[in-house]
Amino acid sequence: MAEVTEHAAGLDRRTAIGVLLAGRQDLLLVTGLGSTSWDAAALGDDARNFYLWGAMGAAATVGLGLALAQPERRVLVVTGDGEMLMGLGALATIGAARPSNLAIAVFDNGRYGETGMQASHTASGVALAGVARACGFAEVFDLAAEEPLAGFARRLHEPGGPLFARVAITAAETPRVLPPRDGVFLKTRFRRALGVEMS
Amino acid sequence: MSETASGAPADWRDQVFAALRQAEIRQVGYVPDAGHARLIELCRADPQIRAVPLTSEEEGIGLAAGAWLGGERAALLMQSSGVGNCVNLLSLAKSCRFPLVLLVTMRGEWAEFNPWQVPMGSKTQQALELMDVLVYRVERPQEAAETVAAALAIAFNGDLATAVLLSQRLIGAKEWLK
Repeated sequence: MAEVTEHAAGLDRRTAIGVLLAGRQDLLLVTGLGSTSWDAAALGDDARNFYLWGAMGAAATVGLGLALAQPERRVLVVTGDGEMLMGLGALATIGAARPSNLAIAVFDNGRYGETGMQASHTASGVALAGVARACGFAEVFDLAAEEPLAGFARRLHEPGGPLFARVAITAAETPRVLPPRDGVFLKTRFRRALGVEMS
Repeated sequence: MSETASGAPADWRDQVFAALRQAEIRQVGYVPDAGHARLIELCRADPQIRAVPLTSEEEGIGLAAGAWLGGERAALLMQSSGVGNCVNLLSLAKSCRFPLVLLVTMRGEWAEFNPWQVPMGSKTQQALELMDVLVYRVERPQEAAETVAAALAIAFNGDLATAVLLSQRLIGAKEWLK
């Protein structure tokens, strides 16, 4: 049986989200249930953020549909290891669709943060970066420090993709900062920000 | 019933495709399926439509939501067994009132050979209705396109989740022993 390992080396998650979204420009952001949604909210609520409060496993495919609909915009999905593991097939679907404007960043602490910090599969050695590579992502990054993460953040704004980054974060708990949770509001606000909401 | 250029009556599958075109559907998510084979082929061949093969039907619910966030209309093609894979994800459509159109080919009913298809096929409509998806059922070829058009209209006019069940009698039961 695989040993459960601690992710000792890693970034503070709030530092990581700040580095990713520094110089955000017109980036569109989708976040997964749940801690990555709180991370994005902690950085500052924005009409161009779509936070998932449910539908675990769907963050990557929401990003895919958005990226295909908005080929001129860059789309970033930020989600956690547990959420990504629930929708692992989406990496194959994205690898096959190859949207050049989509990037996925997985904050990996090897834990299910919302349910009591139980170990996830990545704590037993499942390597999400390896999965993304095998699924045919154009560029795959495995990051555990601020400087390379800043490089990935700059890469987000360059043409080409899909991109995947596994971002090692510590399992330290952070204060919960909750974004709005009315789904209709979030949807309509996002569409208005993009200029696609007619009413 | 519309006719093709040759004067022969168009196949109902081609008419359903025309309804998708008419409604300006730009993304079509699908899991390969014999009953949807013709429609999938037409979508893949159309430069106006991005056909996205999925590993599991639930991915389609996210895809359609993302498409709508970005200002495009999507439709999903799946078999009745795939509806079971979607159930929790339907909460995304309901919570945010994303318009949703599922075209579902039925298994596990008319002259089914494989009894393993029956448990999900016989509960597909109830499963959808439990999640407040509006369900329309098609038994005859001449009703297919108009029913799909009606589902598209109500979904995108009212931000509602809809499904059209294309019955196994309409599609023809799978031939197992050739």
